[in-house]
Amino acid sequence: MTDVPAELRSGRFDHVVDVRDVVVVLGAFPALAGASLTVDRGEIVLLSGPNGAGKTTLLRACAGLVPIERGRASVLGLDVSTERDAVRRHVGLIGHHNGLYSDLSVAENVRFWGSTVGASSAEIATAMQRMGLDGRLSDLPVARLSAGQRRRTALASLVARRASLWLLDEPHAGLDAEGRDELDSVLRAAAAAGATIMVASHELERAGSLATRHVRVVAGQVVPVSGGAA
Amino acid sequence: MLRTAKTIAAKDLRIELRSRVIANQVIPFAALVMILFAFALDSDAVLERVAPGLVWLATIFSVLFIVARSFALETTDGALEALRAAGVDPMGIFLGKTLALATQLIALEAVLVGASVVLYRADVSASGGVLLVTTAILATVGLASVGTLYGGLAAGAKGRETLLPLLLLPVVAPVLIGATRATESAFGTNGIDVSEGWPWLGLLAVFAVLFSVVGAVAFGPLVDD
Repeated sequence: MTDVPAELRSGRFDHVVDVRDVVVVLGAFPALAGASLTVDRGEIVLLSGPNGAGKTTLLRACAGLVPIERGRASVLGLDVSTERDAVRRHVGLIGHHNGLYSDLSVAENVRFWGSTVGASSAEIATAMQRMGLDGRLSDLPVARLSAGQRRRTALASLVARRASLWLLDEPHAGLDAEGRDELDSVLRAAAAAGATIMVASHELERAGSLATRHVRVVAGQVVPVSGGAA
Repeated sequence: MLRTAKTIAAKDLRIELRSRVIANQVIPFAALVMILFAFALDSDAVLERVAPGLVWLATIFSVLFIVARSFALETTDGALEALRAAGVDPMGIFLGKTLALATQLIALEAVLVGASVVLYRADVSASGGVLLVTTAILATVGLASVGTLYGGLAAGAKGRETLLPLLLLPVVAPVLIGATRATESAFGTNGIDVSEGWPWLGLLAVFAVLFSVVGAVAFGPLVDD
């Protein structure tokens, strides 16, 4: 389900994410100042760094949500600047919000997001099952879920709409210990199934144990910390 | 695009069926406005004369609430940004939200026309009924299109609750004028013949087409910014 889409399997790209010397200016502020990073399929890459260093901007640049002034960024071989809509169809971004509708049930939310890409009922059922949302939880309105359950519903929505690259901004924020454990196991399973995951987080111990590679974003540039080059 | 529009419209209408905010709050508000006008004017002759304008004024006030509600659904948990980040066709989002808004508006207008018949003793003949239905359809398309466009524009802005009326009310003045004149003819207000109402539908049609096209094209860039 999180496999790279068939039309993109032709070897047009070497890395799922390939960011080279990217400069992003927000207002007069250079949020990214020559950032470079490559991420391969199945990796979970932790982005750490101080507030305002450019972690969120790097995730948003990969999703084509901020204009790139200089440099080049590609996702699944697609240029983020010139093939923005195609990139977005393969990317799932969960920031501080989950993008859910609180009046709808868990199943209705996942079905809605799946239907934006024409996902079948079987795909939607599998997405919910993988996030542990089948059974009693599926009919509950999102408004009645815990923070952890909402986050899992949002991730199930990413699976249902076949996102290959997951961009998660502070995914552990607001979760209790149980919710964090649940989230980590879900992310590990997703990566094992082929999803590529980038996590921006301040929680180095928690996210560090989850990640297969750790990079720091400092003053708009990416610096390797562990697990290989940026 | 059509699949996206259908998905978005079905989602918005399902949320309304579940929450009943429009049915239990906005439609009663509009009916209350009609009743308060009746108290304030307190004259059958005056009420009969101004009934068409009051129907459309109450509709336009209610549009503000319905549009605000429609986009509150999208912004409360970041769904609108998630839709754009997921590469969902913005034209489909615009059309879907416009369709859901139009469906809710038609229900509202049916209640308000009914209220004007009961409260203001408005009288509708068979030919007037045809004019009234056509007026309602064209005005609804225009109001829903412009409401979705400006709702999307205001969705990410600070003070959107007060910004939306400031943006929307001046723009919908042609709908208020055209729909009121056509409805006066449909009601036979002041002895106006039904045939005199049809030319006003041209204004409503131009408005509806203009904002449907502009909205479909501009919605994506507006919500992206």
